Amino acid sequence: MTNKVELEIKGLNFYYSGDIHALKNINLTIHNKSVTALIGPSGCGKTTLLRCFNRMHDLYPKHRYEGEILFRDNNLLANGNDLIKLRSRIGMVFQRPTPFPMSIFDNVAYGLRLKGIKKKSDLAERVEKALKHAALWDEVKNKLTASAYDLSGGQQQRLVIARALAVEPEVLLFDEPTSALDPISTSKIEDLVMQLKKDITIIIVTHNMQQAARISDWTGFLMLGELIEFGTTERIFTAPSEKLTEDYVTGRFG
Amino acid sequence: MNHEAKRKIEGFIALLLSTMAALVGLFWLVFILGDVLVHGIGAMHMSLFTNDPAPAGVEGGGLRNAFLGHLIITGFATLIGVPIGVLGGTFLAEYARGRWISRVISILADIMVSVPSIIVGTFIYALMVRPVGHFSGWAGAAALSIIMIPVVLRTTEDMLSLVPWTLREAAFALGSPYYKVIIQVVYRGAATGIFTGILLSIARVAGETAPLLFTAFNNSFFSYNMNGPMPSLTVSVFQYAMGPYDDWHAQAWAASLVITLFILFITITGRLLIKWRYKQ
Repeated sequence: MTNKVELEIKGLNFYYSGDIHALKNINLTIHNKSVTALIGPSGCGKTTLLRCFNRMHDLYPKHRYEGEILFRDNNLLANGNDLIKLRSRIGMVFQRPTPFPMSIFDNVAYGLRLKGIKKKSDLAERVEKALKHAALWDEVKNKLTASAYDLSGGQQQRLVIARALAVEPEVLLFDEPTSALDPISTSKIEDLVMQLKKDITIIIVTHNMQQAARISDWTGFLMLGELIEFGTTERIFTAPSEKLTEDYVTGRFG
Repeated sequence: MNHEAKRKIEGFIALLLSTMAALVGLFWLVFILGDVLVHGIGAMHMSLFTNDPAPAGVEGGGLRNAFLGHLIITGFATLIGVPIGVLGGTFLAEYARGRWISRVISILADIMVSVPSIIVGTFIYALMVRPVGHFSGWAGAAALSIIMIPVVLRTTEDMLSLVPWTLREAAFALGSPYYKVIIQVVYRGAATGIFTGILLSIARVAGETAPLLFTAFNNSFFSYNMNGPMPSLTVSVFQYAMGPYDDWHAQAWAASLVITLFILFITITGRLLIKWRYKQ
């Protein structure tokens, strides 16, 4: 864990269509090469916040951002930002595995081909690297041409992580990546997340507080669109300064 | 009479009525197909496929020209109708998803599916035959493609809507522009379904007579010329069946059998594809 700043969120407000005020004046610093967990009850805005980092909201009409998210000193919320480039620097893994209807190899190569990498040897090399990085290589190396749908749910989730890693992003966003998985697959993904933070910055939304406590270095607690408290995971779970945070992490509500 | 006994009798009557209705429907279906099969097989002869029509009253003619003309017209109809249908369906399911325009076009397409095909025939007659003063293969292909388009469009729209939205988000999240998301991810996910829809739409137009009667008309000679009248199997069957010669009647039966088997083949292929897709 370093103290270099990866993302600096300043006075962020977010509105869904119909002026639903989903995020209220969020201020937060995401540290380089660390795991930051966002926790909070359903509907608190943690996924909404996560989806601001790769501008996923831009897919839908009538949303509105206010404030800044500085990514290496550039405001990624600025108009005219190249979203395609941004999304290759800030990757995302979803709640349910989202393998594409193509082979295992083509899934991982998808982002690379988007970037214009065509040479077979380059692709093969980077696909292998990404699959090794996602701890899936040994399980799939003999069936790279098989359909991605032949894999189990946990393997599919690691495949999707490999696909995101292949383009070598600087930040990886996880939106409840284990909520659809069994405990064994979950622990594999958790181990993987802790491995990955050596190289990249990770932000993870989770409903599972033990998971947040196990794998994150920093934790932010959100409620009703507000960031109630942010700090090191150790402090949030042992000595929170807000009553609400304490009630939530001790399981009194949520 | 107690309540249970009454319900049992009601259930029995409902079962009886629906079974009888099914049997009546099935009877005619088997009767028609059986009739076509018996007469068709009896009249089947190699000369049907190798010879062009003989002059009226002369034995030994065939319908080679009509088989070819039918394939050419249906082929061009597919080439025109499928791209328009698939792209239109893509517009409805992707770019105009959830907008009122998408709903309106969908409903209009549903109406188009059930418009009597002869109306399409007369429409194309007014548009492409009358102005130039003669029938043409192109007009026939255009009429058939108009019948195909709403079928392909609606199946494409439905199949694309079945592809989970999260799959598109995942592709967006990798920095893919929308057209690449559609072509590389969404189409792949919906490919079998769209292909099945295309097959079924071909089956739908392959047996059409009315739209060809006013457009491609017919031709007793072998013709590749899409700018002139073109022979087709269905119109030939119509004219031969109405004609005075036993030889013509026999050929009409045989040609009917061939069309029926062709459509059966396409439909079964389509159904098998659907089954195979949902097994995955």
